[in-house]
Amino acid sequence: MDALVNKRIKKVLKGDQNAFAEIVELYQHQLYQICYRMLNNKHEAEDIAQEAFMRAYVNLHTFDQQRKFSTWLYRIATNLCIDRIRKKKPDYHLDAEVRGTEGLDMYSSIANDDQLPEEELMRMEVQERVQYEISRLPDKYRAAIVLKYIEELPLAEISEILDLPLGTVKTRIHRGREALRKQLSNL
Amino acid sequence: MNTCPENIIQYMDDYLDGDINAADEAVLKAHLESCIDCRKQYHELTKTIAFVQSASHIQAPADFVQKTMQRLPKQSQRGGVQRWLRKNPILTAAALFCILMSAALFTNFNNDQQFAFTKQENLVVEGETVVVPEGEVVTGDITVRNGDIRVEGELRGDVTIVNGKYMASSGVITGEIEEIDRAFEWLWYQIKSGVKEAASIFGGSEDTEE
Repeated sequence: MDALVNKRIKKVLKGDQNAFAEIVELYQHQLYQICYRMLNNKHEAEDIAQEAFMRAYVNLHTFDQQRKFSTWLYRIATNLCIDRIRKKKPDYHLDAEVRGTEGLDMYSSIANDDQLPEEELMRMEVQERVQYEISRLPDKYRAAIVLKYIEELPLAEISEILDLPLGTVKTRIHRGREALRKQLSNL
Repeated sequence: MNTCPENIIQYMDDYLDGDINAADEAVLKAHLESCIDCRKQYHELTKTIAFVQSASHIQAPADFVQKTMQRLPKQSQRGGVQRWLRKNPILTAAALFCILMSAALFTNFNNDQQFAFTKQENLVVEGETVVVPEGEVVTGDITVRNGDIRVEGELRGDVTIVNGKYMASSGVITGEIEEIDRAFEWLWYQIKSGVKEAASIFGGSEDTEE
């Protein structure tokens, strides 16, 4: 897999833009999934995943081919997601007044600490509910939980993606897990 | 829970991370059997993990690759040129040679705006006009740049005028008169004189061999 990807990377670096399409093909679903779980919004997930690929393309010459490409790519994506989440936070207060009019997009504009009414939670499908609860986690726990339990990556790789010491990654996973346990206790 | 040893939570986390040694695991298991609260917490945590992992794997939209590719910056013209240069080193060298050569020739031609002429005895200069005075005899070729020439006496040799005029006069010239006005002609003249020189060298060497 890595040899295959490195071959594509070399082609792209030589100027073959189409070789990059094959790289996008390989990683699109995982990258989109990370973004979707982090952002809890399909449009934003698509936007950020595309942005991540775009940045990977532009900065491809800085990628060290001795390392794992997916780690590098996921790192770009999680950083973009965290930036987006942080930028979005103040908007919630502005959006709060018009929330009722937003219909289907409502979930996406709900702040972390702004919980849905109990009966609404009860109506949700399990998967929908899990997704919603993940999106309520503080962003630093969220990234760790998504990478650990949805992407099922080893802790060492998560620590590289998030650029954090292994101990910190463990702590975030433990706290995220504990927070989710409390949030999902009525399920 | 407050009565439980603190390290039980730590063991539980280690266990769920799949990162626990056998001794700690035994302690944890023994404790879970005896403590309802911890057992409940442990079950809830495993259930939570199962829920999160069961979140169905979603796929990127069908046109994702295409849309992503559209967002990539277009390959810059410069990149294209650089690639072409790298692919065709010989052509590149040839092109570079041509560019430098012609640049040298044209700068020679254009920057050489100063009046200049071949120094020969008896020549007189009036402003930017070289004069072979009446009654004098000048032997040798004369090249005048950016100036005119007027021959009133006798000139035994060729005259070449670059960016200037041969003014009609009553003198006698035994050689050829050549006027060069345009860049192309200048270039042609350079080539011609180069060939002539080469020929004379070869001719000369043949002579010495004989």
